[in-house]
Parts: sequence; C-alpha cells; structure tokens
Amino acid sequence: MTVSLALLIPMAVLYACGVYLLLEKSMTRVILGFLLIGNATNILLLITAGRPGSAPITDGGSEEPYSDPLPQALILTAIVITFAVSAFLMALVYRSWKLAREDQLEPDAEDLAISTRAGARAETPEGADEDTDFQSDDPLDSSDLDPVLQGAGRQDEGRSATESAAQADADASAESGAEGPKP
Amino acid sequence: MLFLLAAFGIVALLLPALTPRLGTKVFVVAALPAIAVTVYAAVLSPTVLGSGGRSGRDVVESVPWIPQLDLTLDTRLDPLSWLMTLIVGGVGALVLLYCVRYFTRDEAALGRFAAILTAFAGSMYGLVVADDVYLLFIFWELTTVFSYLLIGHYTRRRASRASALQALLVTTLGGLAMLVGLVLLSQQAGTSNLTELIAAAPSGPIVTTAVALVLVGAITKSAILPFHFWLPGAMAAPTPVSAYLHAAAMVKAGIYLVARLAPGFADTPGWRESLVLLGVVTMLVGGWRALRETDLKLVLANGTVGQLGFLITVVGFGTRDAALAGLALLLAHALFKSTLFLVVGIIDHDAGTRDLRRLSGLGRRSPVLAGIAVLAALSMAGLPPTFGFVAKEAVLTAFLDAGLDGEIWGWVALFGVGLGSILTVAYAARFVWGAFARKPGMADTEVELAEPAFLASPAILAMIGLLLGPLASLVDGMLAPAATGLPAAVGEDEIVATGAHLALWHGLEPALGISAVTLAAGIGLFLTRDAVARLQQALTVEFSAAAGYRHTLHAVDRSAARTTAFIQRGSLPSYLGIILLVLLGTAGTALAFVRDWPDGVLPFDSLTQVIVGVVMSVAAIAATVAAKRFQAVVLVGVTGFGMVVLFAQQGAPDLALTQALVELVTLVAFVLVLRRLPARLGTKNGSSFRIGRALLGIAVGTLMAVVVVVALGARIAEPISVEFPDLAYELGHGANVVNVTLVDLRGWDTMGELSVLIAAATGVASLVFLSSRSDRMPDFARRSGRGLAKSHPQQPIDEGDRGAWLLAGRTLAPRNRSILLEVVVRLVFHALIVVSLYLLLVGHNAPGGGFAGGLVVGLALVARYLAAGRLELAAAAPVHAGALLGSGLVFATLTALVPLFFGVDALTSTWFDLDLGWFGKITFVTSTLFDVGVYLVVIGLVLDVLRSLGAEVDRQQEEDERNGENVDSGAQSDVRGDIEAAEDASGGVPTESTEPEAAR
Repeated sequence: MTVSLALLIPMAVLYACGVYLLLEKSMTRVILGFLLIGNATNILLLITAGRPGSAPITDGGSEEPYSDPLPQALILTAIVITFAVSAFLMALVYRSWKLAREDQLEPDAEDLAISTRAGARAETPEGADEDTDFQSDDPLDSSDLDPVLQGAGRQDEGRSATESAAQADADASAESGAEGPKP
Repeated sequence: MLFLLAAFGIVALLLPALTPRLGTKVFVVAALPAIAVTVYAAVLSPTVLGSGGRSGRDVVESVPWIPQLDLTLDTRLDPLSWLMTLIVGGVGALVLLYCVRYFTRDEAALGRFAAILTAFAGSMYGLVVADDVYLLFIFWELTTVFSYLLIGHYTRRRASRASALQALLVTTLGGLAMLVGLVLLSQQAGTSNLTELIAAAPSGPIVTTAVALVLVGAITKSAILPFHFWLPGAMAAPTPVSAYLHAAAMVKAGIYLVARLAPGFADTPGWRESLVLLGVVTMLVGGWRALRETDLKLVLANGTVGQLGFLITVVGFGTRDAALAGLALLLAHALFKSTLFLVVGIIDHDAGTRDLRRLSGLGRRSPVLAGIAVLAALSMAGLPPTFGFVAKEAVLTAFLDAGLDGEIWGWVALFGVGLGSILTVAYAARFVWGAFARKPGMADTEVELAEPAFLASPAILAMIGLLLGPLASLVDGMLAPAATGLPAAVGEDEIVATGAHLALWHGLEPALGISAVTLAAGIGLFLTRDAVARLQQALTVEFSAAAGYRHTLHAVDRSAARTTAFIQRGSLPSYLGIILLVLLGTAGTALAFVRDWPDGVLPFDSLTQVIVGVVMSVAAIAATVAAKRFQAVVLVGVTGFGMVVLFAQQGAPDLALTQALVELVTLVAFVLVLRRLPARLGTKNGSSFRIGRALLGIAVGTLMAVVVVVALGARIAEPISVEFPDLAYELGHGANVVNVTLVDLRGWDTMGELSVLIAAATGVASLVFLSSRSDRMPDFARRSGRGLAKSHPQQPIDEGDRGAWLLAGRTLAPRNRSILLEVVVRLVFHALIVVSLYLLLVGHNAPGGGFAGGLVVGLALVARYLAAGRLELAAAAPVHAGALLGSGLVFATLTALVPLFFGVDALTSTWFDLDLGWFGKITFVTSTLFDVGVYLVVIGLVLDVLRSLGAEVDRQQEEDERNGENVDSGAQSDVRGDIEAAEDASGGVPTESTEPEAAR
C-alpha cells in the first residue's frame, strides 16, 4: 500500500507535539497533548484506509472503489471516546483547581513516601531456637512489622493523605507568591 | 475416590464450626475421612494387588472436567497408589487422633488447625491417586499451601511465620519448575494422563529437560540437597504436623513422584546419576547434622533429610529390586519416623522441653514411652527383627547386585548408603540416649506423665513396624506389584515381574555383613560422641544452603526497594516518559531488524492535503509554545478542524461531520473549565526539561511515522472490510457502510464504547458535583418560567416586555446578556433538534447516525446554555443526564438481546417495510433502535458535561461570591476578557499587571 507523505508528516508532527505537551506539568497542557495525540492516531488510522476513495455508501452493486469503511468506523468510535475522556480530564483539572488552586502536576506525596521508606524485609528463620511447642507466644514486637505498614499507620494518624497533599500544594503555591493565588 | 476427596473438603469446612462444641474431640471427626480412605484401600486390596494367582487390576475413576482442554479428573488406584494411600490415610488418621490429647481446648485457632490438617490429608490423598499430570500438580501445590498454613500455625511466633514462608518459597519454586516440566512432558507424549504418559515414555532433548524440571520439583518437596534446609526450619510447626507432613506424607510426595515416573524415565540421561549423587550427599549431610543437634525434633528433622536422601537414591536407581527395596523403605520410614515424632511430642508435652541437654531419667519415669521409641529407633537403625532391617537389607542387596553386574552407580550408591547408615545408627542411638537416659550429674527431669491413651498412636505405629518384619514375605506380595515395570538391571530393556524378595532372613549374605559393619561403626560413633562433637565444632562450615536462602531473599528485598525508589518518583511526566522510552526501545529494536523497506511512499494525494497538513503542523507546534490557555486551546482546535478537511477529502463524510461537531463541543467544554483558571499557562516551574521533552517527542513522532510505513508495506492479506459493503447492504440493509458497521456488523464494539461514554460522563459529574449528583435543577417547566424569572430579578422586569426570547434570559446579569444571541438561539434550537432527528434516521443510508445526531442535540443545548445560563439549560432539557445515559444503554442492550429470543445471534438485525401512506414508504431496520441508544447516550454525555462543567460550576461560583470569598475574582473574569488577554499576549510581552491574577 502507498502512503501519502502529506498525511504522514502531519501525523508525526502531531505525535511529537502531543508527546511534548503530555510530558508537561501543567494539566491543561497535558490535556492538549492528549488531544493532539488523539488526532495523530486518527490520522494513522486514516492512512491505513489507503488512498482516498469515494464515500463508502453503497447501492448494492456498483464496483466503484470505496474508501475502506472499517478504519472509518474505528475512527468514529475514537473521536467520540476522545471527547468523553478529555471531558473527564477537564473535570479533573477543575477539581484540582477547586481543591488546591493548582494546575500543576506535583509529585505524588504517597509515591515519594514509598520510595524513601526502607523496603519491607521478609522474615527468615534464623535465630529461632525454641525447644518446645508449649511456650507462650512472642510479645508482638513492632520491629517485626512491615515498615511500609508502619509508615501507612503514621499517615493515618494525621490528616488523610489527600488532605495533606492538597495542603502541601496550597502551602507551596502560597510561598511562590507571584503566580499562585493568595489565600 | 472422588467422593472421598469431596468428603475431605466437606469435613474440613465443617470442623471450625464444630470446634467450639467438641473441643479437641473435633479431631475424631477430622480423622473420619482419613479412616475412610484407609478402609477403602484395604477393602480394594484383592482387586488392586490380585489374589489367588489372579493378577490385580487398577481401580480407575474419570470425570470430565474441562473437555475443551482435554482436562479430566482422572484418579487411579494402582499398587503404588494403594501403598501411598494406606500410609497417607493410616498415619493421617493416627496423627489426627493423637491431636485429641496433644492440644488443649484453649489452644488458639484450634478449629482452623483441624480443618487445615484434614484438608492437607485430602490433598495428599488426591496427590497419590491423581492420574492426570495437571490434577497431580493441583494437589501438589495444595499440599504446599496447606503445609505453609500448618507450619505457620503459631502466627504470633516469628520463627513460625518465617519458617512457613521459607518452606512455601522453596517448595513453590520447585513446584513451578515441575509445572513447566509436566507441560513439556504432556506435550511431548500427547496426553496429560499420567499412566499413558509413562507408558508412552517419550525421549529426546526436550524430554530430558522436562524430566530434569520435574525432578527439581521432586527434590524441593522431598528436601533433597540443596533444598534440604526448609525441612529443619519447618519444625516450627506443631509436632503432630511434623509427624505427618514431615515424616509420612508431604516429604514423600517427591519420592512418590520419582517412583511413579521411574518406569518410564529412569533411563533419561542424568536421572540416575543426579538422583544417586544428590541422594547420597543428602543422606550424609542429614545424618551428620542430626548428630550435632540438641533439640530432639531437630535431630529427627535432620535425620529425615538423611532418610529422604536414602529413599531418593533407592527409588531413583531404576531397577526392579531397588524399586521394591525403596517401597519397603518408604513404608518403614513412614512408620518409624512418625512414631518418633509423636514420641517427641509427648516428651515435649510432658516435660515442657525437647532439649536433650535438659532431659534426664525419662526412661525410668515412662518406660512404655521409652519402649515405643526404642522399637522405632531399632527400625530406623535397621536392626532385626524390625521392618526397617528388612528394607535396608533389600536396599543393600539391590545395590550390591547392581554393582556386581558392573554398574558403577551401584557401587557409589552402596558405599554412600553404607556410610549414611553408620550415621543413622549413631543418631538413632543418640536420640534414644538423649531422650530417655539418665545423664551423669543431672537430676531427673520433672515430668507430668501423660494418660495412656496419648501413647496409642505411636504405639500402634511402632508395633506395625515391628510386626511387618517377621511378616516380610506377606509384605513382599503387597509391594512387589508396585515395583514391576522396571528392568532387572541397569541398562536392560526387558521388564521383569519378579526378582528379589523381601525377607527377614536371607541367610548369611554379604548384605548382612555390611549391615553388621555399619551397626558396629555407628555404635562406635555414638560411644565416642564427645570426640565427634569436638570434630564437628572444628569442621563448622561457613556456607550453608540456609544462608544462601537468606542472602537471596534479602537481595530480592533490597533490589525491590531500590527499584521502587528508582521508578516510583511520584511524577506523572517521568512515568509517561518511561513508558515512551520503552516504546521507543522495543518498537525501535523491532524496526532495526526490518529488511525489506516498502517503496510505496508518494508525496501527496492532493494539494488540499498539503495545505491542511501544513496548517495543522504549524498549529500543533504553535500550541506547544503558547503561553495562554485559550490560545493553546484554539490552536489545538485548529488541528481538529484540519482533521475535518482531511476526513472529507479522504472520502469519509461521517467522520468529517462527527469530527466537526465534537470539535465544537470540546471547545465549549474547554472554555467552560478554563474560565475558572488563570489565563497564563503555568510558568512557575512548568516548562522544565524542554529539550529532553522535545527530543523525546520528535523521536516518538518519527518512530510512529516509520511504523506506519513499515506496517502498511508489510500488509499482504486482503482487508476483511472488502466484504463490508456487501454485508452492509444485504445483512444490515443499509447503504451507509460505516454506520451499519457501527450499529450492526461491529455492534459489540459500539456497546463497549457506550459503556466508556457512560463511565466518563458519570466521572465528570462525580468530580464536579461535590455532595450529590444534584442535576435536579429547580422545577423549571415552561409554565413556571415566568415566575422563576421574577424570582431572579437580576434585571428589573418590564411588565410590558414581551420580547423575552428565552425564558431564563432575564435571570442573567444585563452585562452578560446578549439579546441577539437569545434571538438566534430561539430561532435555531428547534431546527437543530429536527436536523438531529433527521441525521439519526437517515444515518443508515446516508451520512449521519446516532453519534452525529446526538452531538447536534448537544450543540443545541450548548447554545441554549450559553445564551441564557444554567436555568435555561434546565428548561431546555428537563431530564436527568443519568436517565438519558441509562435509557440509551437499555435501548442498545435490548436491541442486542431481543434477537436471542428468536434464536439468532445477539445484535442480529431485521427490517420491515412500512407504508406511511401520504409520506411514502420507508424501510425500518431494527438496528436503528441501536442507533437510538447511541443517540441518547451521546446526548446524555454532552448534557452531563454541560451540567457539570457549565451549570454546576456557575452555581459554585455564585455560592463563592455570596460567601464573600472573592478568591476567584481574577479567574472568573469572563471569557471575552481572557481571550483579549490572550490576544494581547500574542501581540507583545505581557506584564504582570495585565494578568487577571494580579487583581487579587
């Protein structure tokens, strides 16, 4: 099959720009990148349909070359789903703005916390020398517990994770001054 | 057999409920299924083993399970399974009955323990009667899981949990290797039936690999070097568990599997060599360690490791006589080792310790217990007249004969088990001495003697071990059928039915001499135990397999923690970046190997394409550097409208129509959200890594272009859609192929899409409506409109004003009102609805359809909302968005389901010709109803977006203003102002003072 460069190049450009925007921290730009990638993908599907043809509206017998209807059906589905998903993303942006006055994707506090915690240690049987089944149980030693679980426990004592993250974001934007809204 | 298996499961489920009532007597109930299988096997003995000169036949049950995968629940009771069933069921029943006395009523989690032990017995029974490799594997893994739960019974003890995990990890590792091996074997043999597979006995490199993998499973389960270390660790389990799992049942599973496979695969390269070598080394290591331990249970555990090595050597050797000897040894070991464990349990129970350094004088206090232990120990050491002696003699004879036949591995095995037997004698003596002797300089240990019934189980087992010795010829008749199928000597093909016999007295044969020597040497080793202990001190080895396990586990932990810390940056851009880099790496690598590059590239199809392509590219690039939100949104919109032209030009009118409508709705939705956000796009720290991102973007774009070229060039088959026009016309009865594809030919795809739309719409609503999805607007029917307008007197009502084009227009502040817009909307709204219905109905034959129609209604609603605010939206669409979404899905689902009632496939369509008289004739196709569902869902989606991002955001804004929290004063400045600001920005460098935020 032949490929038209006049479709191929805009597709590549849209992908490139879409990826560039998608990797932004501004959520609005992320949505825009998502839309560009959506459009680029639709061009990709369109290219797979081959050279331009007449609209695939049949009269039951004519042999004139239609353009391939299957990619068209896929694209139609994709167009509407892209709209639905971007509406959802927009609602996310609004929600984030409403809660934290923030259109920035800040590093997820919980994710970061996991990475800085010590990893969980699997127990190994060393150092266990009981000479009877009929002993009292070990006192529950907190050092036996999974450190990750302990960390989670500490989090729960304070504010919920979302609250604290939102608060931290609000603090950060308050400090940054010029750009962020003043509370 | 299947019925009995079910009985185990049912009883296990009932036990926890019975425990509060029965206390420890619950173990009597638990023993019932085990007793049943024992009796069942005993009753079937004449059938299975043959009687009166008649040869036996296997008892087979088979129930189809998953016929499509050729999986059946095959069970078979043959002589080998018969022996294993008696061991598993008999020892299991005795151990369970022993538990009645061992535990006290207030033992924690007693019901759970009883249930798991019973379930384990059932799994073990299933394992030995399974006649399908996959069924066998399932029971194999079940025993692993139950053993994990049993070892970890004392959940509050660290040693218990850690040992359970260790046993689980080691045996599961082997189990997985075994699964791969079994899959390979059954593929090679063309059957998963165990009997047929062994009879087929395929060979070749793949089979050799497969057999090696299966053996890995067997040696992990049976605690053979280098996986032996989990068994001493598993002594953290309650002693009855050790007596059953770690003496009689689970650790024998590996031995059983080797014995089972030996007739078919003993000549596989590496089989005999590896099993004999590993077995001998394991026997020596286990025996050596058993001499060092001071905990009686660990003495036995290490002894068991040694005996398992012994067993695998014999069973894996692959001659008929060795197989018979191996089965005798298997039986003997099950009897004496579980006896000894049960004895240790009683000592522990009575004296409160199992440490032989703290026990003294127990033999005098409890002579019956000591007698039982001595009997079992004699059998372990292989002294006449016990059955252990019979078994050991048979082993030595078999190896000696093989060696004399010129088989080098016969000598290796003989020498190895000879050395191992010396150690066995020594630790058997040490066990009896340690447990019962009065030691010099030690006061007698305080004990509370157990009631006699507690001794019943070990006494019975010990007595059987004693009685079977003189009855050896009888046992020979029972075990010999299980040993057939193997050649008389290594390397021979001829299968022999008979050979050596088990007997207590064979005469003065060389084997007896070897026995005498090992006995003397073993006793010597015991008598010089102080010197031996010093030697062991001196020879302490730094490395052990257990340490290897520990290091491995910690290395896994560490690398998991490091990987997490490295990957888990909490930053979406870095996650996306990693995904894209992987895409580049994988797809790029694949492209690097493309050899024939397609040549079908042409510059352009038409000039329009070029112009539109250039405009889209420029707009996309400009969007990446746009500093203002609206600027960027509009630029992205340009690419979207460019798509419209491309679609139209390519011969896709439906796509062009839908894309145009969606682009408009998207733009509106964007504007609705962005009016609440600052106009400038984040500059705080938003645009970092510009160059890196640009490079990644360019790389991905280029990659995709190359992928498209290569993929299209690689196309060799006719597209399936060649058939679509005819299918659409004849089956779907529609001319518009794309629409028929959506609602008929590929209707399931559209069903899926509708679900996505509904999920997204609901997601939007739930993100914006903070408390409830209160899209219940004030009751705003047409009649009450005027009243509502009065109650919202933002504009003084002029009584003479009849020019209210839209009902809610007056609720808007005058500065937000545009009469011109209201007039236009009033005029076009109904026309738009008619157009949408037209598109919906003609969609089957002309461009249009449910998607386009629904979007047109959506745009009509957008117009009403923009012209006169949220109350007007409520008047225009006095229904819940959720109701629209739901009824749309109902329509689509019914269209899909109704054909089922007519006996055809779901989503099949049919058509009727309707004569509408004056309007003419139309053809109604049922799939139009599906399209109506699509139509309703799309309207619901747009309405939800408008209600959420439009009306509800308005309401929240009004609420904020009323509350005096003027936080949004900058962002809420109306759209027009922001667009002007955006235009300013593109004209010149904006200063801070022009920023709306600066007003705050």
